Amino acid sequence: MISETASSEPPQYNTKVIKQFAIMTVVWGIVGMLVGVIIAAQLVWPELNVGPYLHFGRLRPLHTNAVIFAFGGSALFACSYHVVQRTCNAPLVSNSLAAFTFWAWQLIIVSAAITLPMGLTSAKEYAELEWPIDILIAIVWVVYGIVFFGTIMKRKVKHIYVANWFFGAYIIAVAMLHIINSLAIPVSLFKSYSIYPGTIDAMVQWWYGHNAVGFFLTAGFLGMMYYFVPKQAERPVYSYRLSIVHFWALIAIYIWAGPHHLHYSALPDWAQSLGMVMSLLLLAPSWGGMINGIMTLSGAWHKLRTDPTLRFLVVSLSFYGMSTFEGPMMAIKTVNALSHNTDWTIGHVHSGALGWVAMVSIGCLYHLIPRLYGQTKMYSERLINMHFWMSTIGTVLYIASMWVNGIAQGLMWRAFNSDGTLTYSFAESVEASYPGYLVRFIGGGIFFCGMLLMAYNVWRTVNTDSESASTSEGAAINV
Amino acid sequence: MSSGVLQGIGTILAMTAFISICVWAYSAKNKKSFEEAAQLPFLDEEQGKKNHE
Repeated sequence: MISETASSEPPQYNTKVIKQFAIMTVVWGIVGMLVGVIIAAQLVWPELNVGPYLHFGRLRPLHTNAVIFAFGGSALFACSYHVVQRTCNAPLVSNSLAAFTFWAWQLIIVSAAITLPMGLTSAKEYAELEWPIDILIAIVWVVYGIVFFGTIMKRKVKHIYVANWFFGAYIIAVAMLHIINSLAIPVSLFKSYSIYPGTIDAMVQWWYGHNAVGFFLTAGFLGMMYYFVPKQAERPVYSYRLSIVHFWALIAIYIWAGPHHLHYSALPDWAQSLGMVMSLLLLAPSWGGMINGIMTLSGAWHKLRTDPTLRFLVVSLSFYGMSTFEGPMMAIKTVNALSHNTDWTIGHVHSGALGWVAMVSIGCLYHLIPRLYGQTKMYSERLINMHFWMSTIGTVLYIASMWVNGIAQGLMWRAFNSDGTLTYSFAESVEASYPGYLVRFIGGGIFFCGMLLMAYNVWRTVNTDSESASTSEGAAINV
Repeated sequence: MSSGVLQGIGTILAMTAFISICVWAYSAKNKKSFEEAAQLPFLDEEQGKKNHE
Protein backbone atom coordinates (compact mmCIF):
# COMPACT_ATOMS: atom_id res chain seq x y z
CA MET A 1 0.00 0.00 0.00
CA ILE A 2 2.79 2.37 0.91
CA SER A 3 5.12 1.18 -1.81
CA GLU A 4 2.87 2.94 -4.32
CA THR A 5 3.71 6.29 -2.85
CA ALA A 6 7.30 5.65 -1.88
CA SER A 7 10.31 4.39 -3.79
CA SER A 8 11.54 1.01 -2.62
CA GLU A 9 15.14 2.22 -2.23
CA PRO A 10 15.58 3.69 1.26
CA PRO A 11 17.33 7.08 1.23
CA GLN A 12 20.67 7.68 2.96
CA TYR A 13 19.42 8.72 6.37
CA ASN A 14 21.51 10.92 8.62
CA THR A 15 22.19 8.63 11.60
CA LYS A 16 25.25 10.48 12.89
CA VAL A 17 23.37 13.31 14.59
CA ILE A 18 20.89 10.81 16.05
CA LYS A 19 23.71 8.71 17.48
CA GLN A 20 25.29 11.82 19.01
CA PHE A 21 22.07 12.97 20.65
CA ALA A 22 21.16 9.44 21.78
CA ILE A 23 24.49 8.92 23.55
CA MET A 24 24.34 12.37 25.12
CA THR A 25 20.83 11.59 26.40
CA VAL A 26 22.34 8.84 28.53
CA VAL A 27 25.26 11.02 29.62
CA TRP A 28 23.12 14.03 30.58
CA GLY A 29 20.56 11.74 32.19
CA ILE A 30 23.25 10.47 34.53
CA VAL A 31 24.60 13.96 35.24
CA GLY A 32 21.18 15.55 35.78
CA MET A 33 19.88 12.75 37.98
CA LEU A 34 23.11 12.69 40.01
CA VAL A 35 22.59 16.38 40.79
CA GLY A 36 19.01 15.47 41.73
CA VAL A 37 20.22 12.80 44.15
CA ILE A 38 22.72 15.28 45.63
CA ILE A 39 20.07 17.93 46.31
CA ALA A 40 17.76 15.26 47.73
CA ALA A 41 20.60 14.32 50.10
CA GLN A 42 21.07 17.99 51.01
CA LEU A 43 17.48 18.11 52.25
CA VAL A 44 18.10 15.05 54.45
CA TRP A 45 21.56 16.13 55.65
CA PRO A 46 21.69 19.95 55.51
CA GLU A 47 25.43 19.96 56.30
CA LEU A 48 25.98 18.81 52.69
CA ASN A 49 25.18 22.37 51.56
CA VAL A 50 28.75 23.53 51.03
CA GLY A 51 30.26 26.75 49.75
CA PRO A 52 28.47 29.36 47.74
CA TYR A 53 28.57 27.25 44.55
CA LEU A 54 27.15 23.93 45.64
CA HIS A 55 24.29 24.70 47.97
CA PHE A 56 20.71 23.67 47.28
CA GLY A 57 19.60 27.02 45.88
CA ARG A 58 22.14 26.93 43.06
CA LEU A 59 22.15 23.20 42.37
CA ARG A 60 18.38 22.90 42.15
CA PRO A 61 18.04 24.91 38.89
CA LEU A 62 21.07 23.01 37.60
CA HIS A 63 19.18 19.75 38.25
CA THR A 64 15.96 20.91 36.58
CA ASN A 65 17.75 22.37 33.56
CA ALA A 66 19.95 19.30 33.16
CA VAL A 67 17.14 16.74 33.30
CA ILE A 68 14.60 18.74 31.26
CA PHE A 69 16.73 20.39 28.59
CA ALA A 70 19.91 18.29 28.52
CA PHE A 71 18.48 14.79 29.09
CA GLY A 72 14.92 15.33 27.81
CA GLY A 73 16.05 17.74 25.10
CA SER A 74 18.68 15.37 23.72
CA ALA A 75 16.13 12.51 23.72
CA LEU A 76 13.69 14.72 21.80
CA PHE A 77 16.30 15.80 19.25
CA ALA A 78 17.44 12.20 18.69
CA CYS A 79 13.95 10.76 18.37
CA SER A 80 12.45 13.57 16.31
CA TYR A 81 15.35 13.44 13.81
CA HIS A 82 14.96 9.65 13.60
CA VAL A 83 11.18 9.62 13.29
CA VAL A 84 10.92 12.46 10.80
CA GLN A 85 13.39 10.79 8.44
CA ARG A 86 11.88 7.31 8.69
CA THR A 87 8.24 8.31 8.37
CA CYS A 88 8.87 10.87 5.61
CA ASN A 89 11.16 8.50 3.71
CA ALA A 90 13.57 11.40 3.30
CA PRO A 91 16.97 12.26 4.77
CA LEU A 92 17.35 15.41 6.90
CA VAL A 93 17.18 18.52 4.77
CA SER A 94 20.63 19.65 5.91
CA ASN A 95 23.32 17.64 7.68
CA SER A 96 25.33 20.72 8.58
CA LEU A 97 22.37 22.49 10.19
CA ALA A 98 21.58 19.29 12.10
CA ALA A 99 25.20 19.14 13.30
CA PHE A 100 24.91 22.79 14.33
CA THR A 101 21.89 22.00 16.52
CA PHE A 102 23.87 19.23 18.23
CA TRP A 103 27.02 21.20 19.01
CA ALA A 104 25.20 24.43 19.91
CA TRP A 105 22.81 22.53 22.20
CA GLN A 106 25.78 20.97 24.01
CA LEU A 107 27.35 24.43 24.31
CA ILE A 108 24.14 25.74 25.89
CA ILE A 109 24.12 22.86 28.39
CA VAL A 110 27.75 23.46 29.36
CA SER A 111 27.07 27.21 29.73
CA ALA A 112 24.14 26.37 32.03
CA ALA A 113 26.34 24.05 34.09
CA ILE A 114 28.84 26.87 34.57
CA THR A 115 26.56 29.89 35.09
CA LEU A 116 23.93 28.36 37.38
CA PRO A 117 26.34 27.31 40.20
CA MET A 118 27.88 30.80 39.87
CA GLY A 119 24.49 32.18 40.82
CA LEU A 120 23.85 33.83 37.43
CA THR A 121 20.11 33.48 37.01
CA SER A 122 17.08 35.38 35.79
CA ALA A 123 15.14 33.62 38.60
CA LYS A 124 12.39 32.40 36.25
CA GLU A 125 11.65 28.74 36.90
CA TYR A 126 12.83 26.45 34.08
CA ALA A 127 14.02 29.63 32.30
CA GLU A 128 16.83 30.61 34.68
CA LEU A 129 19.53 31.05 32.05
CA GLU A 130 20.69 34.62 31.43
CA TRP A 131 20.08 36.54 28.23
CA PRO A 132 23.18 35.64 26.12
CA ILE A 133 22.36 31.92 26.56
CA ASP A 134 18.67 32.63 25.90
CA ILE A 135 19.57 34.18 22.54
CA LEU A 136 21.62 31.10 21.61
CA ILE A 137 18.70 28.84 22.58
CA ALA A 138 16.39 30.85 20.31
CA ILE A 139 18.85 30.53 17.39
CA VAL A 140 19.25 26.77 17.87
CA TRP A 141 15.51 26.35 18.09
CA VAL A 142 14.87 28.21 14.84
CA VAL A 143 17.52 26.06 13.10
CA TYR A 144 15.91 22.94 14.62
CA GLY A 145 12.60 24.07 13.11
CA ILE A 146 14.22 24.58 9.71
CA VAL A 147 15.75 21.08 9.77
CA PHE A 148 12.55 19.43 10.97
CA PHE A 149 10.01 21.21 8.77
CA GLY A 150 12.42 21.25 5.83
CA THR A 151 12.58 17.47 6.04
CA ILE A 152 8.80 17.23 6.20
CA MET A 153 8.53 19.41 3.10
CA LYS A 154 10.89 17.04 1.27
CA ARG A 155 8.90 13.94 2.24
CA LYS A 156 8.39 11.17 -0.31
CA VAL A 157 5.07 10.03 1.17
CA LYS A 158 1.66 11.67 1.08
CA HIS A 159 0.85 11.73 4.78
CA ILE A 160 2.57 13.49 7.64
CA TYR A 161 2.59 10.80 10.34
CA VAL A 162 0.90 11.82 13.61
CA ALA A 163 4.19 11.65 15.56
CA ASN A 164 5.49 14.47 13.35
CA TRP A 165 2.42 16.58 14.17
CA PHE A 166 3.29 16.32 17.84
CA PHE A 167 6.98 17.07 17.20
CA GLY A 168 6.00 20.00 14.98
CA ALA A 169 3.67 21.47 17.61
CA TYR A 170 6.36 21.07 20.27
CA ILE A 171 8.98 22.85 18.16
CA ILE A 172 6.70 25.77 17.26
CA ALA A 173 5.23 26.17 20.75
CA VAL A 174 8.61 26.02 22.51
CA ALA A 175 10.02 28.70 20.19
CA MET A 176 7.05 30.96 20.96
CA LEU A 177 7.13 30.28 24.72
CA HIS A 178 10.88 30.69 25.07
CA ILE A 179 11.09 33.93 23.13
CA ILE A 180 8.11 35.62 24.76
CA ASN A 181 8.98 34.58 28.32
CA SER A 182 12.66 35.45 27.96
CA LEU A 183 12.12 39.03 26.74
CA ALA A 184 14.31 41.07 29.07
CA ILE A 185 16.35 44.24 29.32
CA PRO A 186 20.05 43.46 29.83
CA VAL A 187 21.88 45.68 32.31
CA SER A 188 25.21 43.85 31.98
CA LEU A 189 26.59 40.78 30.25
CA PHE A 190 25.22 38.48 32.96
CA LYS A 191 22.23 40.37 34.33
CA SER A 192 18.89 41.24 32.84
CA TYR A 193 15.42 42.18 34.05
CA SER A 194 12.16 40.87 32.64
CA ILE A 195 10.24 43.39 30.54
CA TYR A 196 6.99 42.37 32.29
CA PRO A 197 5.92 43.94 35.58
CA GLY A 198 4.61 42.17 38.71
CA THR A 199 1.61 39.92 38.26
CA ILE A 200 1.90 40.05 34.46
CA ASP A 201 5.43 38.71 34.78
CA ALA A 202 4.13 35.88 36.96
CA MET A 203 1.40 35.06 34.46
CA VAL A 204 3.79 35.07 31.48
CA GLN A 205 6.23 32.94 33.48
CA TRP A 206 3.62 30.27 34.29
CA TRP A 207 2.11 30.41 30.83
CA TYR A 208 5.66 29.47 29.80
CA GLY A 209 6.25 27.12 32.73
CA HIS A 210 3.15 25.02 32.30
CA ASN A 211 3.58 24.82 28.56
CA ALA A 212 7.19 23.75 29.03
CA VAL A 213 5.44 20.79 30.65
CA GLY A 214 2.69 20.68 28.03
CA PHE A 215 4.73 21.01 24.87
CA PHE A 216 8.33 20.17 25.76
CA LEU A 217 7.63 17.35 28.21
CA THR A 218 4.30 16.14 26.84
CA ALA A 219 3.69 16.84 23.13
CA GLY A 220 7.29 16.00 22.19
CA PHE A 221 7.29 12.77 24.17
CA LEU A 222 3.86 11.84 22.82
CA GLY A 223 5.46 12.12 19.38
CA MET A 224 8.01 9.57 20.54
CA MET A 225 5.23 7.38 21.94
CA TYR A 226 3.26 7.40 18.67
CA TYR A 227 6.26 6.08 16.77
CA PHE A 228 8.12 3.82 19.19
CA VAL A 229 5.15 2.04 20.83
CA PRO A 230 3.81 0.79 17.47
CA LYS A 231 7.35 -0.03 16.40
CA GLN A 232 8.23 -2.03 19.50
CA ALA A 233 4.80 -3.73 19.63
CA GLU A 234 5.05 -4.41 15.87
CA ARG A 235 1.52 -3.21 15.17
CA PRO A 236 0.02 0.14 14.11
CA VAL A 237 -1.37 2.53 16.69
CA TYR A 238 -4.73 1.44 18.19
CA SER A 239 -6.70 4.25 16.53
CA TYR A 240 -5.15 6.71 14.14
CA ARG A 241 -8.39 8.70 14.14
CA LEU A 242 -8.29 9.04 17.92
CA SER A 243 -4.71 10.28 17.60
CA ILE A 244 -5.93 13.16 15.41
CA VAL A 245 -8.60 14.22 17.89
CA HIS A 246 -6.02 13.71 20.67
CA PHE A 247 -3.56 16.04 18.94
CA TRP A 248 -5.90 18.96 18.29
CA ALA A 249 -7.65 18.74 21.65
CA LEU A 250 -4.37 18.55 23.57
CA ILE A 251 -2.65 21.49 21.90
CA ALA A 252 -5.81 23.62 21.98
CA ILE A 253 -6.35 23.18 25.72
CA TYR A 254 -2.84 22.98 27.19
CA ILE A 255 -1.95 26.57 26.39
CA TRP A 256 -4.64 27.88 28.81
CA ALA A 257 -3.76 25.85 31.91
CA GLY A 258 -0.88 27.98 33.26
CA PRO A 259 -2.84 30.11 35.79
CA HIS A 260 -3.32 27.07 38.07
CA HIS A 261 0.25 27.75 39.24
CA LEU A 262 -0.99 31.08 40.62
CA HIS A 263 -4.07 30.08 42.63
CA TYR A 264 -4.79 32.42 45.55
CA SER A 265 -2.19 34.90 44.25
CA ALA A 266 -2.61 38.50 43.02
CA LEU A 267 -3.75 37.09 39.65
CA PRO A 268 -7.40 38.09 38.99
CA ASP A 269 -9.89 35.44 40.15
CA TRP A 270 -11.39 34.93 36.69
CA ALA A 271 -7.96 34.03 35.30
CA GLN A 272 -7.40 31.55 38.14
CA SER A 273 -10.79 29.95 37.47
CA LEU A 274 -10.11 29.80 33.73
CA GLY A 275 -6.82 28.02 34.43
CA MET A 276 -8.58 25.58 36.74
CA VAL A 277 -11.33 24.74 34.23
CA MET A 278 -8.89 24.32 31.35
CA SER A 279 -6.72 22.07 33.53
CA LEU A 280 -9.72 19.88 34.33
CA LEU A 281 -10.60 19.66 30.62
CA LEU A 282 -7.07 18.46 29.92
CA LEU A 283 -7.88 15.15 31.52
CA ALA A 284 -9.87 14.13 28.42
CA PRO A 285 -7.19 14.48 25.71
CA SER A 286 -4.48 13.24 28.07
CA TRP A 287 -6.32 10.03 28.79
CA GLY A 288 -7.35 9.70 25.13
CA GLY A 289 -3.68 9.63 24.22
CA MET A 290 -2.75 7.28 27.03
CA ILE A 291 -5.52 4.83 26.09
CA ASN A 292 -4.49 5.03 22.45
CA GLY A 293 -0.91 4.13 23.37
CA ILE A 294 -1.72 1.31 25.76
CA MET A 295 -4.44 -0.20 23.56
CA THR A 296 -1.92 -0.46 20.73
CA LEU A 297 -0.89 -3.62 22.57
CA SER A 298 -4.37 -5.11 22.38
CA GLY A 299 -3.95 -8.61 21.05
CA ALA A 300 -0.25 -8.54 21.89
CA TRP A 301 -0.31 -8.28 25.68
CA HIS A 302 1.85 -11.41 25.94
CA LYS A 303 4.77 -9.39 24.58
CA LEU A 304 4.93 -7.57 27.91
CA ARG A 305 6.04 -10.80 29.57
CA THR A 306 9.13 -11.15 27.42
CA ASP A 307 9.98 -7.65 26.25
CA PRO A 308 11.31 -5.28 28.97
CA THR A 309 11.64 -2.41 26.44
CA LEU A 310 7.93 -2.59 25.72
CA ARG A 311 7.32 -2.74 29.47
CA PHE A 312 9.20 0.56 29.85
CA LEU A 313 6.96 2.15 27.22
CA VAL A 314 3.69 0.82 28.62
CA VAL A 315 4.48 1.57 32.26
CA SER A 316 5.55 5.09 31.23
CA LEU A 317 2.07 5.51 29.74
CA SER A 318 0.52 4.30 33.00
CA PHE A 319 2.51 6.90 34.93
CA TYR A 320 1.42 9.46 32.32
CA GLY A 321 -2.20 8.53 32.94
CA MET A 322 -1.70 8.73 36.68
CA SER A 323 0.00 12.12 36.68
CA THR A 324 -2.46 13.60 34.17
CA PHE A 325 -5.25 12.55 36.53
CA GLU A 326 -3.43 13.97 39.54
CA GLY A 327 -2.64 17.27 37.77
CA PRO A 328 -6.23 18.32 37.05
CA MET A 329 -7.21 17.32 40.60
CA MET A 330 -4.44 19.51 42.03
CA ALA A 331 -5.56 22.39 39.79
CA ILE A 332 -8.94 22.52 41.59
CA LYS A 333 -8.67 25.56 43.83
CA THR A 334 -9.82 23.82 47.01
CA VAL A 335 -7.40 20.92 46.52
CA ASN A 336 -4.67 23.38 45.61
CA ALA A 337 -5.28 25.18 48.91
CA LEU A 338 -3.90 22.02 50.54
CA SER A 339 -1.23 21.06 48.02
CA HIS A 340 0.27 24.41 47.00
CA ASN A 341 3.92 24.96 48.00
CA THR A 342 4.10 21.48 49.56
CA ASP A 343 6.14 18.45 48.51
CA TRP A 344 3.01 17.05 46.85
CA THR A 345 3.83 19.33 43.89
CA ILE A 346 7.38 17.92 43.74
CA GLY A 347 5.93 14.40 43.84
CA HIS A 348 3.48 15.21 41.04
CA VAL A 349 6.24 16.66 38.86
CA HIS A 350 8.37 13.56 39.35
CA SER A 351 5.58 11.12 38.62
CA GLY A 352 5.53 12.88 35.26
CA ALA A 353 9.28 13.42 34.96
CA LEU A 354 10.56 10.03 36.15
CA GLY A 355 7.54 7.85 35.42
CA TRP A 356 6.55 9.32 32.09
CA VAL A 357 9.31 11.41 30.47
CA ALA A 358 12.35 9.46 31.65
CA MET A 359 10.82 6.00 31.28
CA VAL A 360 9.39 6.62 27.81
CA SER A 361 12.76 8.07 26.73
CA ILE A 362 14.63 5.08 28.14
CA GLY A 363 12.24 2.69 26.35
CA CYS A 364 12.68 4.57 23.06
CA LEU A 365 16.48 4.54 23.43
CA TYR A 366 16.51 0.79 24.09
CA HIS A 367 14.65 0.42 20.80
CA LEU A 368 16.69 3.00 18.92
CA ILE A 369 20.31 2.50 20.00
CA PRO A 370 20.82 -1.08 18.75
CA ARG A 371 19.26 -0.11 15.41
CA LEU A 372 21.48 2.95 15.07
CA TYR A 373 24.55 0.77 15.57
CA GLY A 374 23.52 -2.04 13.26
CA GLN A 375 22.43 -4.45 15.98
CA THR A 376 19.08 -6.17 16.35
CA LYS A 377 18.89 -5.76 20.11
CA MET A 378 20.66 -4.35 23.14
CA TYR A 379 23.69 -6.16 24.58
CA SER A 380 21.69 -7.48 27.55
CA GLU A 381 17.92 -7.91 27.89
CA ARG A 382 18.43 -8.91 31.53
CA LEU A 383 20.00 -5.54 32.31
CA ILE A 384 17.05 -3.78 30.63
CA ASN A 385 14.72 -5.77 32.84
CA MET A 386 16.69 -4.86 35.97
CA HIS A 387 16.71 -1.24 34.87
CA PHE A 388 12.96 -1.40 34.39
CA TRP A 389 12.34 -2.59 37.94
CA MET A 390 14.79 -0.10 39.43
CA SER A 391 13.07 2.77 37.57
CA THR A 392 9.61 1.64 38.61
CA ILE A 393 10.48 1.05 42.27
CA GLY A 394 12.52 4.28 42.41
CA THR A 395 9.63 6.31 40.97
CA VAL A 396 7.04 4.76 43.29
CA LEU A 397 9.19 5.40 46.39
CA TYR A 398 9.75 8.97 45.23
CA ILE A 399 6.14 9.89 44.59
CA ALA A 400 4.68 8.01 47.58
CA SER A 401 7.06 9.75 50.01
CA MET A 402 6.23 13.14 48.52
CA TRP A 403 2.48 12.48 48.77
CA VAL A 404 2.86 11.72 52.45
CA ASN A 405 5.09 14.75 53.01
CA GLY A 406 2.91 17.07 50.96
CA ILE A 407 -0.34 16.18 52.68
CA ALA A 408 1.32 16.29 56.10
CA GLN A 409 2.78 19.73 55.37
CA GLY A 410 -0.50 21.05 53.95
CA LEU A 411 -2.48 19.86 56.97
CA MET A 412 0.07 21.16 59.49
CA TRP A 413 0.25 24.61 57.89
CA ARG A 414 -3.52 25.06 57.95
CA ALA A 415 -4.11 23.74 61.49
CA PHE A 416 -5.38 26.36 63.91
CA ASN A 417 -5.93 26.34 67.65
CA SER A 418 -9.30 27.45 69.04
CA ASP A 419 -7.85 30.89 69.84
CA GLY A 420 -6.81 31.37 66.19
CA THR A 421 -3.08 30.80 66.62
CA LEU A 422 -1.20 28.32 64.43
CA THR A 423 -0.94 24.81 65.89
CA TYR A 424 2.46 24.13 64.34
CA SER A 425 5.48 26.26 63.60
CA PHE A 426 6.98 25.93 60.10
CA ALA A 427 10.04 24.18 61.53
CA GLU A 428 7.81 21.48 62.99
CA SER A 429 6.52 20.67 59.49
CA VAL A 430 10.12 20.47 58.27
CA GLU A 431 10.92 18.03 61.04
CA ALA A 432 7.87 15.94 60.13
CA SER A 433 9.18 15.80 56.53
CA TYR A 434 12.51 14.15 57.39
CA PRO A 435 11.47 10.49 56.94
CA GLY A 436 9.91 11.37 53.56
CA TYR A 437 13.07 13.14 52.45
CA LEU A 438 15.10 10.04 53.26
CA VAL A 439 12.73 7.76 51.31
CA ARG A 440 12.81 10.21 48.39
CA PHE A 441 16.63 10.16 48.45
CA ILE A 442 16.59 6.35 48.36
CA GLY A 443 13.99 6.22 45.55
CA GLY A 444 15.87 8.79 43.48
CA GLY A 445 19.12 6.95 44.17
CA ILE A 446 17.67 3.67 42.88
CA PHE A 447 16.41 5.41 39.74
CA PHE A 448 19.85 6.95 39.24
CA CYS A 449 21.62 3.58 39.63
CA GLY A 450 19.33 2.20 36.93
CA MET A 451 20.76 4.82 34.57
CA LEU A 452 24.25 3.49 35.30
CA LEU A 453 23.12 0.01 34.21
CA MET A 454 21.78 1.61 31.04
CA ALA A 455 25.10 3.35 30.38
CA TYR A 456 26.95 0.03 30.67
CA ASN A 457 24.42 -1.74 28.45
CA VAL A 458 24.62 1.04 25.84
CA TRP A 459 28.42 1.03 25.98
CA ARG A 460 28.55 -2.72 25.34
CA THR A 461 25.97 -2.46 22.52
CA VAL A 462 27.82 0.37 20.81
CA ASN A 463 31.16 -1.41 21.21
CA THR A 464 29.91 -4.60 19.61
CA ASP A 465 29.39 -2.41 16.57
CA SER A 466 33.04 -1.47 16.19
CA GLU A 467 33.98 -5.16 15.97
CA SER A 468 31.64 -5.77 13.05
CA ALA A 469 31.31 -2.26 11.68
CA SER A 470 31.87 -3.21 8.07
CA THR A 471 28.80 -5.44 7.87
CA SER A 472 26.50 -3.41 10.06
CA GLU A 473 26.47 -0.16 8.09
CA GLY A 474 24.05 -1.44 5.45
CA ALA A 475 21.88 -3.17 8.01
CA ALA A 476 21.48 0.04 9.98
CA ILE A 477 19.69 1.58 7.05
CA ASN A 478 17.40 -1.35 6.52
CA VAL A 479 15.97 -2.00 9.95
CA MET B 1 -20.32 43.87 22.92
CA SER B 2 -20.43 42.57 26.46
CA SER B 3 -17.84 40.09 27.70
CA GLY B 4 -20.65 37.55 28.16
CA VAL B 5 -21.51 37.64 24.44
CA LEU B 6 -17.81 37.37 23.56
CA GLN B 7 -17.43 34.34 25.82
CA GLY B 8 -20.49 32.81 24.18
CA ILE B 9 -19.05 33.30 20.70
CA GLY B 10 -15.72 31.87 21.87
CA THR B 11 -17.43 28.80 23.29
CA ILE B 12 -19.41 28.19 20.10
CA LEU B 13 -16.31 28.61 17.92
CA ALA B 14 -14.30 26.17 20.04
CA MET B 15 -17.15 23.67 20.08
CA THR B 16 -17.62 23.91 16.31
CA ALA B 17 -13.90 23.38 15.77
CA PHE B 18 -13.87 20.34 18.04
CA ILE B 19 -16.94 18.76 16.42
CA SER B 20 -15.58 19.43 12.91
CA ILE B 21 -12.30 17.72 13.79
CA CYS B 22 -14.17 14.70 15.17
CA VAL B 23 -16.39 14.49 12.08
CA TRP B 24 -13.38 14.80 9.79
CA ALA B 25 -11.35 12.20 11.72
CA TYR B 26 -14.16 9.67 11.91
CA SER B 27 -15.79 10.15 8.48
CA ALA B 28 -15.98 6.98 6.40
CA LYS B 29 -14.46 8.85 3.48
CA ASN B 30 -11.13 9.30 5.28
CA LYS B 31 -10.95 5.81 6.79
CA LYS B 32 -8.68 4.33 4.15
CA SER B 33 -6.34 7.31 4.07
CA PHE B 34 -5.84 7.25 7.85
CA GLU B 35 -5.25 3.51 7.87
CA GLU B 36 -2.56 4.11 5.28
CA ALA B 37 -0.98 6.81 7.42
CA ALA B 38 -0.99 4.50 10.46
CA GLN B 39 1.35 2.14 8.55
CA LEU B 40 4.06 4.79 8.08
CA PRO B 41 6.27 3.65 10.99
CA PHE B 42 6.72 0.31 9.18
CA LEU B 43 7.73 1.91 5.88
CA ASP B 44 11.44 1.31 6.46
CA GLU B 45 10.87 -2.37 7.33
CA GLU B 46 8.99 -2.90 4.08
CA GLN B 47 11.85 -1.34 2.17
CA GLY B 48 14.36 -3.46 4.09
CA LYS B 49 12.50 -6.63 3.12
CA LYS B 50 12.36 -5.60 -0.53
CA ASN B 51 16.08 -4.98 -0.59
CA HIS B 52 16.80 -8.45 0.71
CA GLU B 53 14.58 -10.11 -1.85
